[in-house]
Amino acid sequence: MSFETFEHKADIGVSGKGKTVSIAFEECAKAMMSVMTDINSINPVKSHVINLSEKNYSALLVLFLNELLFLKDKKKMIYSKYRVELKEEKNDSSENKFLLKAVIFGEKIDQKKHEFKVDAKAATYSQLEVKKEGNNWIAQCIIDV
Amino acid sequence: MEIKQKSKYCFELETSTEPKPKIFANKEMIALLKSEENNPNNPIKQLQNLSTLPGLKGIVVAPDVHVGYGCPIGTTTASDLKSGVITFAATGFDINCGIHSLILPLSVKEVIEKKKELAEQLFKDVPAGVGIGGKLKLNVSEMDDLLEKGADYVVKKGFGSKKDLQFMEERGKVKGVSAESVSQKAKERSADQVGTLGSGNHYCEVQEIKKIFDDNAAKKFGLKEGKTFVSIHCGSRALGHQIGTDFLPILENATKKYNIAIPERDLVCAPFNSEEGQNYFSAINAGTNAAFANRLVIGTLVKRSVAKIFGISETDAKTFYDVGHNSAKIETHYLDGKKQKLLIQRKGSTRGFGPKNIAVPLKYRSVGQPVIVGGSMGTSSFILKGTEIAMKETFGSTIHGAGRSMSRTSAFAKWNPNQLLEELNKKGIIIKAHSIKGLAEEAPQAYKDIIKVVDIMHNSKISTKVAELKPLICIKG
Repeated sequence: MSFETFEHKADIGVSGKGKTVSIAFEECAKAMMSVMTDINSINPVKSHVINLSEKNYSALLVLFLNELLFLKDKKKMIYSKYRVELKEEKNDSSENKFLLKAVIFGEKIDQKKHEFKVDAKAATYSQLEVKKEGNNWIAQCIIDV
Repeated sequence: MEIKQKSKYCFELETSTEPKPKIFANKEMIALLKSEENNPNNPIKQLQNLSTLPGLKGIVVAPDVHVGYGCPIGTTTASDLKSGVITFAATGFDINCGIHSLILPLSVKEVIEKKKELAEQLFKDVPAGVGIGGKLKLNVSEMDDLLEKGADYVVKKGFGSKKDLQFMEERGKVKGVSAESVSQKAKERSADQVGTLGSGNHYCEVQEIKKIFDDNAAKKFGLKEGKTFVSIHCGSRALGHQIGTDFLPILENATKKYNIAIPERDLVCAPFNSEEGQNYFSAINAGTNAAFANRLVIGTLVKRSVAKIFGISETDAKTFYDVGHNSAKIETHYLDGKKQKLLIQRKGSTRGFGPKNIAVPLKYRSVGQPVIVGGSMGTSSFILKGTEIAMKETFGSTIHGAGRSMSRTSAFAKWNPNQLLEELNKKGIIIKAHSIKGLAEEAPQAYKDIIKVVDIMHNSKISTKVAELKPLICIKG
């Protein structure tokens, strides 16, 4: 499992890789946090639970990353540790639902301690992909900064 | 894809559909655009895709063009109100990002004498950086007032005056906005961000009026060589981003519901006159109002800082003009020989109306609307004036800045922020930044040469040069 950022002319791409989709989501979230600050500077001392649902994994990834950005602005919280559980809910009458439950750990923003490089403002549909490559899952998109 | 030269600075992209995008550039910039065609995402491909949207009456691209989401930055689209669509890509996330500007009653000499103190004061007084809230903390019902009343709302809270509103695009308030079009989440996310600069390429800069190019316009604008000026560049902060985030799935559903064929997902849209389209239009303009209010509060904080340091009154510094560059508006333009109401979306493109237009403040109306073109960190900014030719050729639109030429990742890898700080310091520019690390991404060399970009607009007479501004102090998030 690993995360990385990739080039975009005006903004920045984030990508997470792992043996499962859940791990790819967790790594992608770390990649987004690493765009803003050194992820090792964030103490995982306070937890928060997120429950989300969407019609597919890629829309769910964008929703999840945007929820983290909402918490950053509303609660001034940033997170470094993620436990993501994903589930597909089969439904006979309508489209299947993809559910996400995450427990995330982090702390309040401290401008001096966290030394921000830039603010991440939105996860986008641009270059959005959740796919399996060989033995690994990749979750990626462009972040508007 | 073929790009045909129509005149010295005007090119046309040979798309299969009408209208063909009109690009204002020089040959060097066209060559640069063509060289990017192999990238999976590039401005030419984006314009080609954009041009397939229904109901388009025109696409105009300025020389500060670079790749965006679905639509390149530097683009203006004009759409028919009945058959056209409103698309996310043509306005983007940072709704009504723009520049608020002030004329200071101080000479360069006076400012230089107290440059350090002024920089410290501004750094202390203007909230900036990630996670930093402003002086106003609004509840949801107060947010509703702000979204519907714009800069009017903050005037009532003691920031700025009715006179300042005369010198803002739309007088600081787009009418007909319903706060209900904006989600609770967007309101909660940005409740403490009114009067905050943010981060990234946003800044507050004290500048010297270095050179006057047009004496008559400069006189009308009240600009004098050797005097000082302030430019505040920021937008609707997280509110605009949350509005974008909230509406992307709504527009995606609308695209399917109304059977609109789009060549890429980033072009999700809704018919302008549909319920979804009208809600999105209202939400964009709620964001626009919040950005006007945000900039007027910062402008007032800057006036107060200047007053403290120089022992003058807050009202001695005058609001010069406030104009945005990411918007969606209904405007009347002459097209095909007749007056038409059109949906004008600007993405990284500034409104630059010509003389005699009633949207231009009375004081400036005889010469045209001021356009403030923001430089990159350490480089010149420019004040231009809108022209009649812009009204005919570009739907009254022009450039907004230099435009990026290098990705953030490359810039970050290439420049050491401390070295950059030192170099700018040697040039006499004080940079005060909450994030030193972030400075490298905004290195002047990561942007196009603003002088070349401005000269294309000037030589094509879309908007002509009035003054050049040189940075003295720059506050960044």
